[in-house]
Amino acid sequence: MAELARTQEIKPPQSSKQVLPWMKENLFSTWYNSLLTIVALGFVSFVLKGILTWAFTDANWGVIPANLQLFAVGAYPKTEIWRVWVVLYTVSALAGLSAGIWGGMPLRFAVAIGGIGIIGALLPLDSSTLGWATRGWILGGVALLAGFLTLGLSTTRLASQALLSKLHRWLVGGWLLSFPWTLIMLRGFGENAVMTTNWGGLLLTLILAAVGIVFCFPLGVLLALGRRSTLPAIKWVSTAYIEIVRGVPLITILFMAQIMIPIFMPDVRLDKVLRAMLGLTLFSAAYMAENVRGGLQAIPKGQYEAAHALGLNYPLTMLFIVLPQALRSVIPAIVGQFIALFKDTSLVTIVGLLDLLGIAKTVIANPDWLGLQAEVYLFVAGIYFVFSYAMSYISQKIEAALGVGKT
Amino acid sequence: MALNATKIPFWRDIRVLRVLLQVLFLIGVVLLAGVLYANMQRGLRALGLTLNLDFLKNEAGFEISEGIEYTPADTYLKAFWVGVVNTLKVSLIGIVCATILGLIVGIARLSRNWLIRTLAAIYVECFRNIPLLLQILFWYTAVILQLPRVRESIALFDSVFINQRGVYLPSPEPTAGLTALPFGWSSFLLVGLILAVILYIVRARKLRQLERPGFRAKWALPAFLIVAVLGWFLTPEKPFTLDLPVLRGFNFVGGMSLSPEFSALLIGLSVYTGAFIAEIVRSGIQAVAKGQREAASAVGLSDSQTLRLIVLPQAIPIIVPPLTSQYLNLAKNSSLAIAIGFPDMFSVGNTMMLQTGQSIPVFAMIMVSYLIMSLTTSAGMNWYNRWINRIGR
Repeated sequence: MAELARTQEIKPPQSSKQVLPWMKENLFSTWYNSLLTIVALGFVSFVLKGILTWAFTDANWGVIPANLQLFAVGAYPKTEIWRVWVVLYTVSALAGLSAGIWGGMPLRFAVAIGGIGIIGALLPLDSSTLGWATRGWILGGVALLAGFLTLGLSTTRLASQALLSKLHRWLVGGWLLSFPWTLIMLRGFGENAVMTTNWGGLLLTLILAAVGIVFCFPLGVLLALGRRSTLPAIKWVSTAYIEIVRGVPLITILFMAQIMIPIFMPDVRLDKVLRAMLGLTLFSAAYMAENVRGGLQAIPKGQYEAAHALGLNYPLTMLFIVLPQALRSVIPAIVGQFIALFKDTSLVTIVGLLDLLGIAKTVIANPDWLGLQAEVYLFVAGIYFVFSYAMSYISQKIEAALGVGKT
Repeated sequence: MALNATKIPFWRDIRVLRVLLQVLFLIGVVLLAGVLYANMQRGLRALGLTLNLDFLKNEAGFEISEGIEYTPADTYLKAFWVGVVNTLKVSLIGIVCATILGLIVGIARLSRNWLIRTLAAIYVECFRNIPLLLQILFWYTAVILQLPRVRESIALFDSVFINQRGVYLPSPEPTAGLTALPFGWSSFLLVGLILAVILYIVRARKLRQLERPGFRAKWALPAFLIVAVLGWFLTPEKPFTLDLPVLRGFNFVGGMSLSPEFSALLIGLSVYTGAFIAEIVRSGIQAVAKGQREAASAVGLSDSQTLRLIVLPQAIPIIVPPLTSQYLNLAKNSSLAIAIGFPDMFSVGNTMMLQTGQSIPVFAMIMVSYLIMSLTTSAGMNWYNRWINRIGR
């Protein structure tokens, strides 16, 4: 709080905040604006009235809490749910620590997530739908988040600059390690192992998106470099791959992964989920390559020549000179690509996987909950919206922080 | 000379290395392809299939719910063609609807009216951030299939009927009044067109003499409209009659109808893509420097002249490339039809695969069709880009 007071900025004088002048200026400035306002008001009140009447009188929202676990983890066995909590705890510890150390936007995000967690744990649902154990797990997670957050905050105060930069590196390493850790933890070993085909719901959606994002990125960078290569063979193969994949819909790639892999690679046994992951990764790599290529093209030739003059070879030039600049300038496009990938994971429903949307379809098909399409789809749409919107919000903040487009 | 005398060993000679690297890379690619091909041969033998396109001449034997004329007795090739036409149909109509929606919303986002601006922003953010497949399923199962039954159809002006079996619209049917000579409506249209061309040329010449910008079709357009309207009333018989859908038995007969699947897919594609197009239009218009607008009003151009002569010519080259890629996305996304049972190319192809087991050739046909669509569009796009940039900015 003390810091806030010190850096308080002086804002320019505000324009009049009175209601009537504001309305005159923004709603009724000309005759056609007045007309538009009135028509739009009529439209909004009509739609809102319809939606609210439906939502509070006709809709049967009971279907959501009753199937909460399905939406969250799908058919993940009840006895093994602790694995999901371990993963969530790992992530919240890491998130708390990074929020404390990095501050700014991650901090605000961590606080928001903690708030959502507390609200979720205290929701007035009965104990059969949201058990005491689950509430306890959630609150424990929030406590962990808060604990690591304070730890992070206090280290930034106390630690020296050298230690801090080391901590930053460890954190990045921790995030990188958390990915294989998550997969191993969720899968497990031995007789208690949870097959990937049992993963479902939001868990599967997030895993598919994460796997796609993590693997399509390096592949996309390689393809982009290949397409810009001066070696014709590499250039043509990369270009052909990128153009072919970008020319066909994702659903054909997913079907191909399901149907063709068993034909072309009969010796490799991959289950449905892994094949879907492969399809998503190969598909988004082509789009990623085009985004990265855009960044590569923006790098002035002098940068390459300078690197060459210093005696750096091709891999070193790319790794330390070109890529850091190129990737920085295309961060918004890359995040946009990640959002698209996140939304595209819903297509695995068509090849029979039970991701969030697939679970929604099975819930609707359940005879106990017939005729509740609107409720279920709206709930699921809300979840997708929150995640995509959060990602685009982060992207805007990163863009502003890096000053992309300003330099 | 001393430098040249020491010969570089070949493993450090960049010329040798370049060739070597490419050869190694190609060998890798060929090896991979070879392994896959051998596996495929083995797999096909195991399944007892041979790889050829003869099956396309066989009788398809499955129903296709809508599209151009087709019976189950037709060949697989014909069935696939029905799917192709359905894909093209939904894509083209979807592109038109999405463009109109996107243009309106994109301009609305820049409105001086707070309410309009906010509504447009809410629309864009909501529909952009929800997966298209979810939206299509929502429109189909939660909206269209929940509409009233046939007997309780929603009727608009007794000519448009909406129910859970689809949307029924009146269709215009040409009569003898359209083509009759010499006073059919088409002759009036021809005369109007000739008159309009003459007036357009005259007006353009005059504007050039005056050296002032202006609307060249200012005379031609009203002239054409007047002749057309006059003609409509002067022909002995009305050139078109409306074929109204009428409830007969259990369903509506006459007029045109859109199936529930088609409507859901069309609404889903248009609303989703419209949100993206709106953002493209908004950023395109905003990319035109504010000074341009101010300068235009300083030299005395009217609002519409500023938009037409200053803002749009600079915004369109920015808008068109991303717009085309949205069009392509829409066409590719139409393959989601398979989720709601609209018989597009992909869905028909899938049925063919299940029936014949010839997954490789059918997949190849589907992918080649989409690739033709994409590559011709991007070729057209490149041509347009060159043409636009030829003016030099």
